Amino acid sequence: MSAALKIQTPEGITFSFQLAGPVVRCLAWIVDFFVIMVISQGVGFLGQLAGIISEDFAAAVATLGYFVVSIGYGVIAEWSWRGQTIGKRLLRLRVMDAQGLRLQFHQVLLRNLLRFVDMLPAFYLVGGLACYFSRRSQRLGDLAANTIVVHNTKPTEPDLDQLLAGKFNSLRQHPHLEARLRQRVSAAEARLALQALVRRDDLDPAARVTLFADLAEHFKAVVTFPPEIVEAMPDEQYVRNVVDILFRTKTADTRAAVREIAEV
Amino acid sequence: MIIDLPRFIAAERPTWNELEQILDRLEADPYRQMSLEEVQRFHLLYQKVSADLGRVATFASEPELKRYLESLTARAYGEIHETRDRSTKFRPVHWFVNDFPRAFRRQSGAFALVMVITIVAVLFGALATAFDEEAKEAILPAQFAHLLDDPAKRVAEEESAKHDRLDGAKSQFASALMANNIRVSIFTLGLGITFGLGTIINLFYNMALLGMVAVDYVLAGQTVFLLGWLLPHGIIEIPAILIAGQGGLVLGRALIGRGDRAPLEARLRSIGPDLMMLIYGFAVMLVWAGIVEAFLSQYHEPAIRYWQKIAFGVFEGVALVWFLWFKRVADRSEEERS
Repeated sequence: MSAALKIQTPEGITFSFQLAGPVVRCLAWIVDFFVIMVISQGVGFLGQLAGIISEDFAAAVATLGYFVVSIGYGVIAEWSWRGQTIGKRLLRLRVMDAQGLRLQFHQVLLRNLLRFVDMLPAFYLVGGLACYFSRRSQRLGDLAANTIVVHNTKPTEPDLDQLLAGKFNSLRQHPHLEARLRQRVSAAEARLALQALVRRDDLDPAARVTLFADLAEHFKAVVTFPPEIVEAMPDEQYVRNVVDILFRTKTADTRAAVREIAEV
Repeated sequence: MIIDLPRFIAAERPTWNELEQILDRLEADPYRQMSLEEVQRFHLLYQKVSADLGRVATFASEPELKRYLESLTARAYGEIHETRDRSTKFRPVHWFVNDFPRAFRRQSGAFALVMVITIVAVLFGALATAFDEEAKEAILPAQFAHLLDDPAKRVAEEESAKHDRLDGAKSQFASALMANNIRVSIFTLGLGITFGLGTIINLFYNMALLGMVAVDYVLAGQTVFLLGWLLPHGIIEIPAILIAGQGGLVLGRALIGRGDRAPLEARLRSIGPDLMMLIYGFAVMLVWAGIVEAFLSQYHEPAIRYWQKIAFGVFEGVALVWFLWFKRVADRSEEERS
């Protein structure tokens, strides 16, 4: 899991950006490299057309064309597409201001021009190392321009209806304890339990038993349900019921509204 | 704690939609100016969405809703808390004649340091060549191997040339010079990321080479040829490289931050616009220098008189000094009023 940059607003609200590491950025750069090659070929073709006027002029167009495309592609794409190039779009990355503010043109320009230093001595070694060791995964160009590269993904939720369908949940017989569970369990704990359920078939049998025993013990400590309900319930079933309570609270209307918002 | 989630969503959704529409408009047109009422409404909506996010953030069962409100808050935060000028429109002439000299003058301290480095380096190169015959061969890189020969011999060859060696290749030569010089200058500026040290070393080396070549021609009695050869393009090209060095030192100074209590991010943020203008300025200068070098500097007597080339170079130099130091630039407040 890559690092995250948390930003706290003066209003006391915190939001975070998932920082992109050197490997995924390298993949985006490889895509962009091929895009630059294709555009340069196009410019070279235009240069050949200019050769009708003069061969000297055609060669000049080809030389300057490659230079301008190799420098200008990143600058123009990132400025026009709010921090994205074709490679970054494919890899779902985005360049952002390091403080979460609006990206300025001089930032886009500086980070792209400093590639000349990041490329040293070959294959972006300096930039890659800087990115790897930097707290905010910044190459030198990002550091000078005060920018970061973040993941621009929208994770999809697992299909809970399929995951939990058809199972009777005896914990729901106690609505007040059910409400207390929702109130006390944090978002991170809920997600952990959900992930354990989603990946349960990938685990070794022994690890699976231990994991669900730990989770069940934890949730039992958060809210105590009547012993007659939980005593005979296997740990995995207990966790499944907890996840059912935490994630399937919505009425049909609410679920549709949330889904609609998430899709916007 | 939200007791009734459907009611909460139904009540707050119009607010979220309204904020989203404003953000879409702002992002589609970054030059859009909002009225005072619009700004107040925008701020109110931002605060309401922030408050909603605060309420949803502890609600484990609504990850999609939380992510949606987080992204809305992050977008609005970027617009609300941004205090820098909105990006100016594409005005290349205005940038060059006003913003470039303004940035140059604002960072004149760094340029003064660059001048000191240059003088020391040129003197070093000159003295090394004057007192050590092997220095030139040891220091000159392979690309300048043609300068290892006797200057008098080269001058004789150039002046007796019967054919134009750049015939049919002047544009290509000019474009190669432009691309190479701009690349080298950007690299010089970029080395400022090493706290300015890389820029200083790079500048020192290049200026030492200049001193070596210059003194070599002077000692060979070819001063007039040297001036006629270098002045027309060098009077623009060398200051352009020095301006790149100036940018590198500005970057290095911001990283070091000595005597500046602002945090690193704020220091880097403050120099960004000036660096952009310095880059733009030296790029334009190097385009001009490339054209002059390909179309004028490579021609010598009897094709063109040396005094004419020297006079042209002096004229360029005077114009450059006037442009960078003395030309009146448009007043910021006048620009904003207009």
